[in-house]
Amino acid sequence: MADQLLEFAQQLINGLAQGSIYALIALGYTMVFGVLRFINFAHGDVFMLGAFAGLYTAPKLLALFGGGPSLPGATAVLLVAMLICAAIGILIEKLCYRPLRDRPRLTVLITAIGVSLFLENAGQYAFGVDPQSFPEIIVDRAIEIPETWGAISALTITIGQILVVGVTLFLLLVLRFVVLHTRLGMAMRALSFNPVAASLMGVNTDVVISFTFGLGSALAGAAGILTSIQQPSIDPLMGINIGLKAFVAAVLGGIGNIPGAALGGILIGVLEALVVGYINPTYRDALVFAVLILILIVKPSGLLGKTEREKV
Amino acid sequence: MATFRPLLLAGALFLPIVLPTSAQDIPIGEFASLTGGAASFGQSSHKGTELAIEEINASGGVLGKKLRLITEDDQSQAGQPATIVRKLISQDKVVAILGEVASSRSLEAAPICQQNKIPMITPASTNPKVTEVGDYIFRICFIDPFQGTVMSKFAQSKGWKKIAVLTDVKQDYSVGLSEFFIKDFTASGGQIVKEQKFSSGDKDFKPQLTSLKAARPDAIFIPGYYAEVALIAKQARLLGIKVPLLGGDGWVGDSLLKVAGNSLDGCYLSCHFSADDKSPKTTEFVAKYQAKYGEIPDDMAALGYDSAMILAEAIKRAGTTEPQQLRDAIAATKDHAGITGTITLDAARNASKPAVILTIDKGGFQFVETVKP
Amino acid sequence: MATRAKTLLATTLLACAVLSIFAGKINPYYYDILISIGINIILATSLNLVNGYTGQFSLGHAGFMAVGAYASAWLSLTFGYILGTHSAATTATFLGALTVGGLIAGLAGLAVGIPSLRLRGDYLAIVTLGFNEIIKGVIQNAEPLGAQRGLGGMMQHTNFFWTFTFAALTVYVVLTLVHSTYGSGFLAVRDDEIAAEAMGINTTKYKVLAFVIGAFFAGVAGGLYAHFKQFVHPEGFNFLRSVDIVVMVILGGMGSTIGVCIAAVLLTILPEVLRALAHLPWLPEWLRPIVENRMILYSLLLIILMIARPQGLFSGIGLKRQKT
Repeated sequence: MADQLLEFAQQLINGLAQGSIYALIALGYTMVFGVLRFINFAHGDVFMLGAFAGLYTAPKLLALFGGGPSLPGATAVLLVAMLICAAIGILIEKLCYRPLRDRPRLTVLITAIGVSLFLENAGQYAFGVDPQSFPEIIVDRAIEIPETWGAISALTITIGQILVVGVTLFLLLVLRFVVLHTRLGMAMRALSFNPVAASLMGVNTDVVISFTFGLGSALAGAAGILTSIQQPSIDPLMGINIGLKAFVAAVLGGIGNIPGAALGGILIGVLEALVVGYINPTYRDALVFAVLILILIVKPSGLLGKTEREKV
Repeated sequence: MATFRPLLLAGALFLPIVLPTSAQDIPIGEFASLTGGAASFGQSSHKGTELAIEEINASGGVLGKKLRLITEDDQSQAGQPATIVRKLISQDKVVAILGEVASSRSLEAAPICQQNKIPMITPASTNPKVTEVGDYIFRICFIDPFQGTVMSKFAQSKGWKKIAVLTDVKQDYSVGLSEFFIKDFTASGGQIVKEQKFSSGDKDFKPQLTSLKAARPDAIFIPGYYAEVALIAKQARLLGIKVPLLGGDGWVGDSLLKVAGNSLDGCYLSCHFSADDKSPKTTEFVAKYQAKYGEIPDDMAALGYDSAMILAEAIKRAGTTEPQQLRDAIAATKDHAGITGTITLDAARNASKPAVILTIDKGGFQFVETVKP
Repeated sequence: MATRAKTLLATTLLACAVLSIFAGKINPYYYDILISIGINIILATSLNLVNGYTGQFSLGHAGFMAVGAYASAWLSLTFGYILGTHSAATTATFLGALTVGGLIAGLAGLAVGIPSLRLRGDYLAIVTLGFNEIIKGVIQNAEPLGAQRGLGGMMQHTNFFWTFTFAALTVYVVLTLVHSTYGSGFLAVRDDEIAAEAMGINTTKYKVLAFVIGAFFAGVAGGLYAHFKQFVHPEGFNFLRSVDIVVMVILGGMGSTIGVCIAAVLLTILPEVLRALAHLPWLPEWLRPIVENRMILYSLLLIILMIARPQGLFSGIGLKRQKT
C-alpha cells in the first residue's frame, strides 16, 4: 500500500515538472490568442529554437563564469535564450502576421502552419537532423532526502525538476505583475477585451502586439532551456509534440486566460503521467487530443474561461 | 501565364533523359530517408553507401566500369518509395537497388523490385516479411527473431530471472525485438515482470520508468534507438533505478554516450560491430568515414557500406549485370568480410552472421562476446 | 445545365476508357505520377467541398483517406476472391471494397462532423487535426490492420481508367452539388453562418453533409491509393499528408473546383520535378535546401500565398457561380 502511494506520489511529481513546461508554453499560446484571436501554430517551434539558442550560446556563457555547469552560468543561458526567442517571435509577427492583420483568421492560421513547417524543416537543414547533446549548464541529480523523513525518502526529486517548477512559478509571478501592474500589461488586457476601443483610447496596437509576442516567445524559450536541462537531447522536430500538448493545455484552461494556461499545463502534465504510468503509454498522444475534443464539446471556453457570446 | 506553368514543369521532367548518361558506368539505385522524421538513419546509411561506392570507383570500379550511385530521398514518407523505385528502375535503368532502413518502406518497395526482377538489398530492415516478398529481395542485417533471442540468452547466462521490457511501439524494429526476447525468455523459465511502452520522439520517460522500478526487475530490456535510450538511461539513474539495461543494435549512435554520460555504464547491447574494434578493417573504415563526414560512423553507416560492398562483390562474381545472374550471385554471398561481421546469405536471403555483445564502461564500448547464429 | 454537365461527364468517361488503352503502355514511373494525379484530384476536390465551399477548415482529410484505404484493403484481402478468381470477379470485388471503404469513411466523416458543429475556424481546424491523429492511433494499435508494420499484399486493381473515372465522378458530384440548391446552403454557411441560421437554413445539415461527402470521396481515393501502392502504413496518413492536400486547395483557390484540380496536377508533378532538379550538378547552393526538402518549399509557398494571394492562383478560372 505504501509502495503504491509512493509510486503515485512519484508520478505526481513527474507530472508537475512536465506540466510546468507545458504551462510556460501554453502561456504564449494564450496571450497571443488573447490579443490577436488566432492560434500561433509556430509557437512550439520557438520552444525548439530556444533550446538551440542555448546549445550555441552555452559554451561562451558558461566560460564567463569559470566554465562548467554553474548556477550563474545557467541563469545567463536562460536569459539569453529568452531574449533571442523574444526577438524571433517579434520578427515572425512583423514579417508574417502583421500584413494579415485585417484578413480572416483562417488566413493567419494557414500562414502560421506555414511558418511552423518552415522552422522545422529549415531547422533540420540548418542544425542537422541528428539529435544533439545539450551541454550541461547545471548539474542535474536527485536530491538526497534524509532517511529520517521516513518513507518519503524513496521518492526521487531531481534538481532539474525543482528548477523547472521554481522558475515557472517565478516567471508566472513576473508575468502576473507585468499584466496587472504595468501600462503595457493593461494595454494587452484592453486589446484582448476590445481591440477597436483600445486603439481609440490611444493604445499603440502594433507595439502591444509585438510586446505580447515577445513575452510569449521568451517564455517558450525559457521552457526550451529548462527542458534541455532534464532531457539533454535536442533536435529540430522537438517542438511539434510539446507544442501540441501545450496548446491543448491552453484550451483546457481557457484560451485567452493566463492563470488558465498555467492550470491547464499542470493538469495535462499530471494527467499524462498518470495515464502513461497506469494505463497505456501508446495512447499518450491520442489521450491529449481526446481531452481537447472533450473540452471543446463540453465547455469550449475552458475551465477558467468565460463563455463568449458571439455578437452579430 | 498560368497555363504555361504546367507545361514548363512537365517539360522539366524530361530533362534527365536529355542529359547525357554514360554507357560506361553501372547505375545503382538507392532510396533512403534523407529528410523527415527518420532522416538520422537514412543519412547515416546513405553516407556509408556513398563511401563504399567511392572506394570501389577509386580502385577501378567493377568489370572495368565505374559505379554510378543514384540516390533518391523518400522523405520518411509512405507512398514515396513506390514512386522512387519505379523511377529508378524504368527511368534510370539501375541494375540493383539499395534500401531502405525502415521495414515499412522496404515492404512498400520490395514487390516492385520483385515484379521487375531487379535485385534489392536492404541494409537494415529487420522485419522478417521483407525478404519473404520474393527471391530478388535480400537483407544483410539480423532479423528480429535472431537478435531478440541473442539478448534473451545473454540475460539468462547472467542469471537474471526477472526482466522488465520497455518497447518503442512506434518502431517495428523495437516491437519485433521485444516480441522475440519475451518469447525466448519466458520459454526458458524467466519472468517478464512488467512491460511498458514509449514512442520514438518522446523525451520524458519518468512515468514509465517509475512504473518499471516498482516491479523490481533484475534488468530492463530496452530495444530502442539511441536518441531515446540515452534519455531513458539518464532518467532511470535519476529515479534510482540501478539495474543494468539491455539493448540491441539501435543503441549504436554518435550521440548515445554524449547524452547519456555514465548512465549507461554496466549496460549491455547486441550489435553488428564495435567502432572500438581494433581490427584493421574497422579502424580503416572509421578513419575514412570520419575524414569524409566529420563524425564517427554508427551501425546504419556500417550496414550501408556493407550492402554496397556486397553488391559490388556480387557483380564481380557474376561477371555481368544481367538480373537473373546478378541475383544468383548475391544469393551465393558467403563469408563476405564486412564491417558488420562475416556475412553469409542464407536460403531465406537473410544475413547469417554473428552478433557481438558489448558492454559500456567509463563512456566507451567494450567487447564482451560473440554469439554465432 | 444539368444535361450539359451529364454530357460532359459521359464524354470524360469515354475519354478515360480510350486513354486507358494507351496509359498502360507508358513508362511505369510516369504512370505512377499519372495515377497519383488522379488520386490527388479526388482528394483536393473533396476537401474543397468542405474547406472551400462550406468554409469549414478541415486539417484532417488524410484521416478519412486512411479509413478508406484500410477498410478497402482489408476487405479485398479478406474477400477478394469471394466471387471467383477471374479478373472480372476480382475487379467487381475491388469496386465493392472501394465503395464500402468510401462509405465507412463517410461514416467517419459523420463522426467527426457532428461533434465539430459548434466549432469555428481555428478550433475546428485543431479538432479535425486531432481526429486525424486519433484515427492514425487506432490503426497503429489494430493488429488485423497490421498496426505499426503496415498492411500489404493488395492486388494492383487501380489503373488509369478507374482512377480517372472516379476523379471525373468526384468533380461531377461536387460541381453538381454546388450548383444546386445545396450549393446555396454550403455557400451560405461559408459566408455568414449566423445570418444563414437566421434565414432558416439548417446549417447543421449542410456542415455535416459537406463533411460526409468529402470524407466519402477521400475514402475512395484512399482505396485507390491502397490498391496502387499495394502497401499502406499509418504514417502515410499523418498531418503532413493532410497539409499536402490543404496546400492544393489553397493554391487552387478555395471554392474553385477547376482551380483546385489544376493545383492538384501541379503539386503532384512538383516533387518529381524537384527530384530531377536535385540531381543537376550546376544547381546553386542556396537553392539546394529548397529542392532537396520539399517541405521547405511548401511552407514558404503557404506563407507567401497567404500574404500575397490568399484567394489562390486559379480562383478566377472555372464555372462561375453567381456572386450574391
